[in-house]
Amino acid sequence: MPEIARGTAQLLVVDDNKVNRLLLSRNLELMGHRVTMAENGRVALATLRHGGCDLVLLDIEMPEMDGFQVLEQIRGDLQLRDVPVLVTSSVEGLDNVVRCIELGAEDYLPKPINPVLLKARIGASLEKKRLRDQQKELVRRFATPEVAQDLQRSGFALGGKRVSGSVLFSDIRGFTSLAESQPPEETIELLNTYYTLMFDAISGHGGIVSQIAGDGLMAIFGAPLPLADHCDAAVRTALEMIELIELFNAERAAAGKPAIRIGVGIASGEMVAGYTGTNERATYTCIGDTVNLASRLETHTKEAGRAVLIDAATRAGLRTAVGVEPLGAVTVRGKTQAVDVFAVVSEV
Amino acid sequence: MTSPTIDRATFAELEQTAGAEFAGELVDTFLAEAPIMLAELRRAFDAGDADAFRRTAHSLKSNGNTFGACAFAAMARELELGGMAPMQAAAGSPLDALDAEYARVASALTELARA
Repeated sequence: MPEIARGTAQLLVVDDNKVNRLLLSRNLELMGHRVTMAENGRVALATLRHGGCDLVLLDIEMPEMDGFQVLEQIRGDLQLRDVPVLVTSSVEGLDNVVRCIELGAEDYLPKPINPVLLKARIGASLEKKRLRDQQKELVRRFATPEVAQDLQRSGFALGGKRVSGSVLFSDIRGFTSLAESQPPEETIELLNTYYTLMFDAISGHGGIVSQIAGDGLMAIFGAPLPLADHCDAAVRTALEMIELIELFNAERAAAGKPAIRIGVGIASGEMVAGYTGTNERATYTCIGDTVNLASRLETHTKEAGRAVLIDAATRAGLRTAVGVEPLGAVTVRGKTQAVDVFAVVSEV
Repeated sequence: MTSPTIDRATFAELEQTAGAEFAGELVDTFLAEAPIMLAELRRAFDAGDADAFRRTAHSLKSNGNTFGACAFAAMARELELGGMAPMQAAAGSPLDALDAEYARVASALTELARA
């Protein structure tokens, strides 16, 4: 949020006592923030649900609905639970402070509030909120709305569940030499355009991008939400990717730049979908033989001289007419047994 | 040695951080609100409303601390933490004592705010 970045935030002061309310608001306004006031918990929740509030300063002792009840309501509300709450109270007893923190309060400031301490706590809380907003934005940007919602709904836990789906790997052919022949800025710009096009194709067919690394990407069809026609979706995505690259190449040719080519490998079957990594850093992905095979098929496109290769399970799962040419049994790298490989020719 | 009705350092700090003009306005607000709260404290006591009694005493304590009215805040605090039961056994009325202290606080604050 740019507002927070500039040090100006929208704050809500909740206190039934007018003197406290006015004094706290005054101190906050002197710090450059914008302040809304509420005289009890009920009014505070209504204001919060209106949206746009960056931080709440909450009193505990209030008629109608006290601060504990407000904290409980905020914690139980998906829309509100990320809004940081600083409890400002002269309620005595450590157990009350502990209860606030347990109910999700960010911090506890005893009244009368020291303005210097107040400023520091607000700064820290807003910074934390800014990071959380940024994280949510990152999740949204890299993990698709489906994964973001899955995370919000069931929380984060390493481990996975068995799903049936298709996995797609793609990368740019000869990317390393291309990257060496042009300035890094141009490579970044190329990658950004490339990813924009590929992401569009993938999400347009119900897939999610699980990983991107350099010029390669991995997409999943069938997780976290089941997808009935995952084989068709993956293959149609591949065809659209090829088509978009052709259009992109026409533009590049006009600018005197060399064409790029991509290779795509698709495999289908059972796999384990979920969050892998560590508790600190994890990604939503799929693992299993199916995933390995898709990756190997993508690598094999170089030797086969074809843009899109699929496995037998994907071929068998196709419900719509797609031009497919059997290439026979191929021993791909990392597999001891030969697997039947098919090249996707074009849409029929 | 008796402690002053208003702790000058606390009041000066309030004026310094929030601005003298604002501090004056805040005193006016307190002088308007406090009699209502003192009346509410009596009402709660007469009605046996322990929750409202505690909450109102708490509010008065909090405001007393804001302006540096230390004795007033301490009396309100005793009511907040002690509840209504000790009140009934008390010699003389703690509510009358609080009213009397408030009168001293009000005149001291009025004087300070005008200075």
